[in-house]
Amino acid sequence: MSLLLDGFTLVAVFAGILFFVAGTAGLLRFPDTSSRLHALTKADHLGLGLIVLGLLPQAGGVLPALKLLVIWALALLAGATVGPLIARLAREEDAPP
Amino acid sequence: MTGLLADLAIGAAILALAAGMVAARSAFTATAFFIAYGLLLGLAWVRLGAVDIALTEAAIGAGLSGVLLLTAAARLAARPVATERAPGPLLTALIALCCAAVAVAIGAAILSLPEPTPSLAAEVAANLPATALGNPVAGVLMSYRALDTLLESAVVVLAVVGVWSLTPPGGWGGFPGPFHLRVESGPLALLARLLPPIGIVIALHILWVGKDAPGGKFQAAAILAAMWLLAWMAGLATPPRIASRRLRFAVSAGAGLFLAIGVAGALAEGAFLAYPAGWTKALVLAVEFALTASIAVALALLVMGPPEEEDRA
Repeated sequence: MSLLLDGFTLVAVFAGILFFVAGTAGLLRFPDTSSRLHALTKADHLGLGLIVLGLLPQAGGVLPALKLLVIWALALLAGATVGPLIARLAREEDAPP
Repeated sequence: MTGLLADLAIGAAILALAAGMVAARSAFTATAFFIAYGLLLGLAWVRLGAVDIALTEAAIGAGLSGVLLLTAAARLAARPVATERAPGPLLTALIALCCAAVAVAIGAAILSLPEPTPSLAAEVAANLPATALGNPVAGVLMSYRALDTLLESAVVVLAVVGVWSLTPPGGWGGFPGPFHLRVESGPLALLARLLPPIGIVIALHILWVGKDAPGGKFQAAAILAAMWLLAWMAGLATPPRIASRRLRFAVSAGAGLFLAIGVAGALAEGAFLAYPAGWTKALVLAVEFALTASIAVALALLVMGPPEEEDRA
């Protein structure tokens, strides 16, 4: 059972890292602010989500697992609000006065 | 082995970010490097087992200082300062030499530490039960080295006085910082309504566990200050005028209570900041709560800045 859980952790965390790598590549390669933000927030949401999912069996209890989920939820909230804020600011700066 | 690899990667990234900070051409870029540098430094502290310092570094070193530096960079960009003449080659070489000498001296000092490294950790651990605190860091900060903590909390009050003293003519006594219009819709309005209740609970949790586990007043105060600033930026909370007696009392109450307990210790126990036996935990908790409130108000006021020229009222 524990071998199965460890395998699950490995797969989920590696999948999460893949999303972070893809997001970083997008951040560096995409041409404009909106697509960079898109790459970044997707990587944050899914990458962190998969890593948290993978770490849940290793958290050693319900309370630490809940804390991990809360961290993910807060990162989701921050990403979902800061992303549009930066995008608006970039659009205002790009727009001719 | 993997631990060593992770440490090497974190160390290399910290050095690279520090180099980027020095080499950056604009103040904004340098500040972005500084914030990332502070967050990675927090990771390094976690790897060294110093979670208390990691939390403080992330909250105060990267977060709060980062915001202060970003504000300063924006102000400088808006109102460029006439720079003095750039240092000549001789002065540049001299500065580089002095900086290198300091780095070499610190490195030599660390490498020449005797083995085993001198430490008071065993004595702290042996005497910790007397303080009734479970976190040795809290024991050191609030009991053995309480004087340092008292001075630190007084420095925060002084910093607020320093920022306020930069008030331009005509602004004295007014509302701190720029005025923010109330944001009725959009992501900022949502975040400013949704996050503060969660943030306040997390801050109180970090303050409360601080006596037995990593956490404490500075970390909690930074979160509380961030929540107030968020509501302030969304125009949902107007800070009191800096002439307000209640605001001034809030800033200085924590350090004042700490000082009063210290003097009471001198009278009752014969030593400044000595806690009467059996009262340590209660007094430490009282000081921690009062300091958290005061530091939170002070940190937020530092970010808001001095009142501006015109009085809005």
